[in-house]
Amino acid sequence: MQQSRLNVLVIDENRIRVAIIEEGLRDAGYDQVTVIDNMHGLARRIADLNPDVIVIDLENPNRDMLESMFQLSRAVRRPIAMFVDQSDEASIEAAVEAGVSAYIVDGLKQERVRPILKMAISRFNAFARLNRELEETRGELEGRKIIDRAKGLIMRSRGLSEDEAYALLRKTAMNQNRKIIDIAQGLVTAASLLDPGGKE
Amino acid sequence: MTTRHAITAGFVPLLDSALLVVACEMGFAEEQAIDLTLLRERSWASIRDRLAVRHIDVAHILGPMPIACNLGLNVPAPEMIVPMALGLGGNAVTVSSALWQAMAENGATADLDARANGVALRKVIETRAGAPLRFAVVHPYSGHNYELRYWLAASGIDPVRHIEIVVLPPPDMGDALAEGVIDGYCAGEPWNTFGVLRRGGYLATVKAAIWRSSPEKVLGVNAQWGRAHPEAMAALLVALHQASLWCARPDNHEALAALLSKQAYVGRDAELLLPALAGNLPVGGGVVHAVRDFFVPNAKAATFPWKSHALWFYTQMVRWKQIEHTVERQRIAAETYRPDIYRAALKDLGLAMPSASAKVEGALLTETPVGSSGALTLGPDGFFDGGRFDPDDLDAYIASQSSR
Repeated sequence: MQQSRLNVLVIDENRIRVAIIEEGLRDAGYDQVTVIDNMHGLARRIADLNPDVIVIDLENPNRDMLESMFQLSRAVRRPIAMFVDQSDEASIEAAVEAGVSAYIVDGLKQERVRPILKMAISRFNAFARLNRELEETRGELEGRKIIDRAKGLIMRSRGLSEDEAYALLRKTAMNQNRKIIDIAQGLVTAASLLDPGGKE
Repeated sequence: MTTRHAITAGFVPLLDSALLVVACEMGFAEEQAIDLTLLRERSWASIRDRLAVRHIDVAHILGPMPIACNLGLNVPAPEMIVPMALGLGGNAVTVSSALWQAMAENGATADLDARANGVALRKVIETRAGAPLRFAVVHPYSGHNYELRYWLAASGIDPVRHIEIVVLPPPDMGDALAEGVIDGYCAGEPWNTFGVLRRGGYLATVKAAIWRSSPEKVLGVNAQWGRAHPEAMAALLVALHQASLWCARPDNHEALAALLSKQAYVGRDAELLLPALAGNLPVGGGVVHAVRDFFVPNAKAATFPWKSHALWFYTQMVRWKQIEHTVERQRIAAETYRPDIYRAALKDLGLAMPSASAKVEGALLTETPVGSSGALTLGPDGFFDGGRFDPDDLDAYIASQSSR
């Protein structure tokens, strides 16, 4: 396969995201993929690797350094240009939107490298989505813990079963037109105020 | 009912983002019915990209960069205009402790004198064995790159053969200096004060000593946006002018340092920001030196987008072989800076304004009242080597620099 001969470098300080991109590229048949997640000595490593394509996250503060390297023929063996040709505004916009940027050595055909950019954009977007979901899940888990503590408080002070304690929380929430988590949080806070030395 | 304007502005966390931050935070944007959103970026490349795809309408940007965009040197290149500058000066050259000791043995002194300290650096380089000294700048198309090279060249040092110049993110420069990866750097604030106070560096000289009252950051505007929103752009210029007056008042310096120190802006201690605002710079070894006009946010027509500034940047692009000179490119560079928009936007404020759009740079040896629409003084604006740049005689200037 022709594309497998492309030497692709992925630079991203986010280790999870960089791994996701690497995996995507390997799955698509690019077997010469190098990832850099530590920026130490970046310029020398790029010169040594001599990549055909560089994919880098847009927020990386080293981009000015990279672009200046590409201008100097002695810093890299082959001249490197911005990835997308300027007429392709949609691709530029999609890349910036996703937070990724890419560079290729001059002379490489756009068609050969466009799949790499497409892949990077979709994986960056997927990563952002994943991050949002993780945040939400983390919030939900936190909420479940608080509800469990509130149930425990009710079970102990009123001698109710777990199901009855939860039913009471739910009924109170419905009557007051509030969320269960808010009622539970209020109860936990109140309990800690009344009994600061207590475990619950 | 006034029309409200929504404007999104990009900035890089540096002291001279002050005008935009103050316009946003101190109510000057609101006074002009502007909903100003500030977007913090970590590289100039990122500023350029977001301008290109219109995530941002305007930006705090390196003075030469909009010119480089219009010349197609910096892609994806949005068409840019510069209707206002964001102050004068503000940079310095910091060197490692080891290099400073060697320079001091060769006559360098803590007074930041560009001539004496440049000669001392040349002597160090002449007697030195091994790899060339390495200096960092923030971007190839930056005032930092050009003033460092100007200083070196006028001191008898060839910035191409006698020294290596690399690009680094300013927040990494202090560490690179302390680790011996670089021997010096030219950056804006707070990174010189940071290098001196927190990483044991020494100030070799300052932008104000190399070229007094010289251009630095500007307001870069996506030209398409500017054409579509002339009223919003004019309102922003008024807000930024009010902000520049506020920033210039010494009794606001502490509040400004505190404001910029917030995480959303520069995100560094106020004590690293105050020296540049007050013009009292720590130069190393516990010594503080007062510098006139270190950073000028308002006086001396500091926000006026001089075409002679744009053209000087262009001559340096030619000098350092970033581009070959043609009359057409010279025209593109000059037309990037738009004093006409500045004048039209601020004309109702009764400001003292320069009547010319370009001036001979380096001609004023003292503070000089100039013929204009009010009381205005310019200068001194001298280059440390006595150089003069006459924008009407640009070819001769380019020729004189290439023969060196």
